[in-house]
Amino acid sequence: MQTNDKEKLLAKLLASINQHKMPPDVAHVEIHGNEVLGLHLVDGLLVESESFEEGVKVKIVVKKDTTIKNPVRFCFGMIPENGVQKIIISTTIEENAHASFLASCTFPNAKNIEHIMNATITLEKNSSLKYLERHIHGPEGGVTIVPETKVFIKEEASFSTEFELIKGAAGVINLFYHAEVEKNGTVDMKTRIFGRLNDRIHIKESAHLVGEGSVGVLTSHIALRDNATASIENEIVADGAFARGHVDCKEIVQGNAKARAIPVVQVNNPKAHVTHEAAIGSVDSKQLETLLSRGLTEDEATELIIQGLLK
Amino acid sequence: MTILELKNLTLARGDKVLLKNINMEIWKGYVHAIVGPNGAGKSTLAHTIMGLGGYRDFTGDILFEGKSIKNLSIDERARLGLTLVFQEPARFEGLGVSEFILAGSKKKSKDVVIDALSKVGLDPLKYLNRAVDKTLSGGERKRIELASVYAMHPALLLMDEPDSGIDIDSIKYIFQIIQELKKEGTTIILVTHSPEVLKQAEHAFLICGGTIVDKGEMPKMFDYFSGKCSPCKHVGIPDKTEISK
Repeated sequence: MQTNDKEKLLAKLLASINQHKMPPDVAHVEIHGNEVLGLHLVDGLLVESESFEEGVKVKIVVKKDTTIKNPVRFCFGMIPENGVQKIIISTTIEENAHASFLASCTFPNAKNIEHIMNATITLEKNSSLKYLERHIHGPEGGVTIVPETKVFIKEEASFSTEFELIKGAAGVINLFYHAEVEKNGTVDMKTRIFGRLNDRIHIKESAHLVGEGSVGVLTSHIALRDNATASIENEIVADGAFARGHVDCKEIVQGNAKARAIPVVQVNNPKAHVTHEAAIGSVDSKQLETLLSRGLTEDEATELIIQGLLK
Repeated sequence: MTILELKNLTLARGDKVLLKNINMEIWKGYVHAIVGPNGAGKSTLAHTIMGLGGYRDFTGDILFEGKSIKNLSIDERARLGLTLVFQEPARFEGLGVSEFILAGSKKKSKDVVIDALSKVGLDPLKYLNRAVDKTLSGGERKRIELASVYAMHPALLLMDEPDSGIDIDSIKYIFQIIQELKKEGTTIILVTHSPEVLKQAEHAFLICGGTIVDKGEMPKMFDYFSGKCSPCKHVGIPDKTEISK
């Protein structure tokens, strides 16, 4: 691809996520299809990439004892209506290193796009990573998203992740996340999705609390309308003594939408404790009546409640 | 001048009559109370006036500023200036205090939120970025509910058990906002079984067994309620000998 074309494509990609120029102390990586269009690093952050026919292999390392001040910005996406993008990522946060990543996945014109993400994240001892993945889709929902992530959390390390798809139609989402948590490690996974039209959403998140004092929280908040369907399977298995876990699934269903929630908790150690809550239903009538009694219409009140749940 | 009038209002669920032939006139600008023991029908009456789900199928009529609101939905009644503070306000996961307070306000600005929070004694700096969720105490939640009502500047405010489940400090602010709203011209109906709340009212209706058994101004109604009604053992059945006195 010519440099000019690259620049134009990069500008379109960034415009679709309302991101333009960034200051020099913010690291960023932009990948369109199977091509890395932009890469800017800061001290302590290594990113290597290798393109293949349908995607890119990426290796990310945050070096030992490094704290990256500003969130590292990733932008994955495709501007055309059709295509496949496979991203294979291996991330290592070395001992005592700390970072946060903000990934925007953008498919603004999608009609038939497949986005496959295969990620392995390793957090070494006493490190931390916050990972926010925000999806921006077009109005027609022509995207199939298949993110599969395995996370290995070593002693005293901490990992939190948020997957957010609130604007645009989701299309098809098959989200798979699994974390193995060692002694005093913590994992906090949140998923917030607004499904519309004929969206099909399947989420399977699991945490294995292996180590003593390990902690896991899995939260899924899903709102569905039209003919959208969702199935949420969240599972925590606790083996370690004093391991603590909580599973929270909440789904609001409107129109012809259908939702299923399967929270699974398994405790294999008498000193561990795991709880769960799951609720599926229409908008809470008391919340609705409170906002109606302030003069909002039913549609306005419902929108406000759903936006709150997904915030 | 009457702002709200209830005419022969009767509400039944199956064979059970919850409200029986209620006639009331609410005077504009006054603080009224609907007072009575637990289970007397106070909240049922407030919910019926607001038009909540399950309280719409009544006979008789409700007139707001001379016009029937019987067939109006909750939000249509609210847009006329009628609103309700629930006994146990709802919690909203993720919904910000600012968004909640501005929901009913015509003016959508941060100044409105700051003013409303200050009026109920909450530091805006501490609450502007919080959510109206379960992290708030009962007193904080109730004060934020009142802040949202204050931002709305309603013509008529129904307050269901305003002192329920809150601390002494919060009660002080709730009583302050009642007087503040009155000063601004809001008519208030306090729904209560608490003598302390009743003291805030100028006029009261005594309800027992779904029937209005007496009405009048303070302190007559306060003396009657605390002296005769509170200790009464009739459990929701009005004592006709007492009523006739």
